[in-house]
Amino acid sequence: MVVACEQVWQEISNYLENDVDPGLRAALDEHFGQCNKCTSVLEGTRNVVQLYGDERLFRAPFGYSWRLHGKLADSMPRRRGTAYGWLVAAVAIGLVAGSLAVARSTTRTQPKLLSEHAQPGESIPAGLIVLVAGHSKVFHVAGCTFIHDKEAGIRSMEASEAVREGYVPCVRCLGKYLTNLAQEFIKKHAWAAAIL
Amino acid sequence: MAIAMVVETNPEGSSAPRPETHEQELIRRIQSGEPEKFYELIRPYERRVYAAAFAILRNEADAEEVAQEAILKAFANLRQFRGEARFSTWLIQITVNEARMRRRKDHPEMMEPIGELEDDEGTYTPREFADWHEVPSEALERREIRELLLEALASLGSKYREVFVMRDVQHLSIEEAAKALGISTASVKTRLLRARLMLRDLLAPKLAVGWFSRLPFQKGNKPW
Repeated sequence: MVVACEQVWQEISNYLENDVDPGLRAALDEHFGQCNKCTSVLEGTRNVVQLYGDERLFRAPFGYSWRLHGKLADSMPRRRGTAYGWLVAAVAIGLVAGSLAVARSTTRTQPKLLSEHAQPGESIPAGLIVLVAGHSKVFHVAGCTFIHDKEAGIRSMEASEAVREGYVPCVRCLGKYLTNLAQEFIKKHAWAAAIL
Repeated sequence: MAIAMVVETNPEGSSAPRPETHEQELIRRIQSGEPEKFYELIRPYERRVYAAAFAILRNEADAEEVAQEAILKAFANLRQFRGEARFSTWLIQITVNEARMRRRKDHPEMMEPIGELEDDEGTYTPREFADWHEVPSEALERREIRELLLEALASLGSKYREVFVMRDVQHLSIEEAAKALGISTASVKTRLLRARLMLRDLLAPKLAVGWFSRLPFQKGNKPW
């Protein structure tokens, strides 16, 4: 069987797919052995198939998989509690409640406050003029030797304003207010002593 | 890989144990109330779904969104999957449909004219006869090469691009590609031939002999 170039081009894809009958395949092989043009077309087409079939060509954007899994997680059905799960939860609640009851029944002395850090400073006189420095989260009274970040600037304001803005009092220069606050709190809420 | 055995009645009527692939086992477990197994099921196909969406939409952001929608849809409808086709074919089919819907919705002006959707009659004559004998396997590590290939693919009409992507990128069989795209196997073959020859014509002048030496030197790729 003799095939012309035009026929070869129409069969190149099937040839690569190994989807031609043996007779035609032999004729095509013979043609490729003699025709540089058709060999060039065959090699180029084979290269196209090889290049595009490589999984490195299509690269998903960075984070694609992570974002996809996030979406999937959102669409996953929420698991309903099993009877066993509910039983475990009930037992845990019972244990916690029991522990609290035991703790309350025990005579304890009022504990000494171990840390005075980050007290809200609510008992500090509202009109007291205080200082805040730079990016610090602490407010001080004038003359405190523990004011840091002074280079970034110092602002003065009333203590109530400082508390409102989220600053906490310095434990050195305003410590007396903090100790009082903690003790008043414990007097008012006796159960807190059990926890503290 | 875990292989479980399931007993099914085969077409001949006799009951014989058939090996259940890991994928089939995952699907069965998800359908039986273990939805978290879907992560494992979908992992090998995440990139392929994105590639299918990208090949149709030609836009990274749209492709990612459509890929997510397709996978979520597959998750929501997995109970309807009966295993008549491969899971990958079913998933790619969902992706193709989602991508086509997105293209219609966002770019109605890009709708192909009816004539465009018909198969071209007549023979396609290759235009380019430059020698292009080998493809170094490391070629795809180079961004310039990847961009060149993606640009060439994007320049094809959608009917050729879709068929080419289903067969040569997704590695679906001719029959699976036909099913995924809703066309006949004859159309798949015709379009595939044209797509391959057109891509060859587009790429051969750029990637033929000597292309590697023309690329700019990159740090870390010294030949010595």
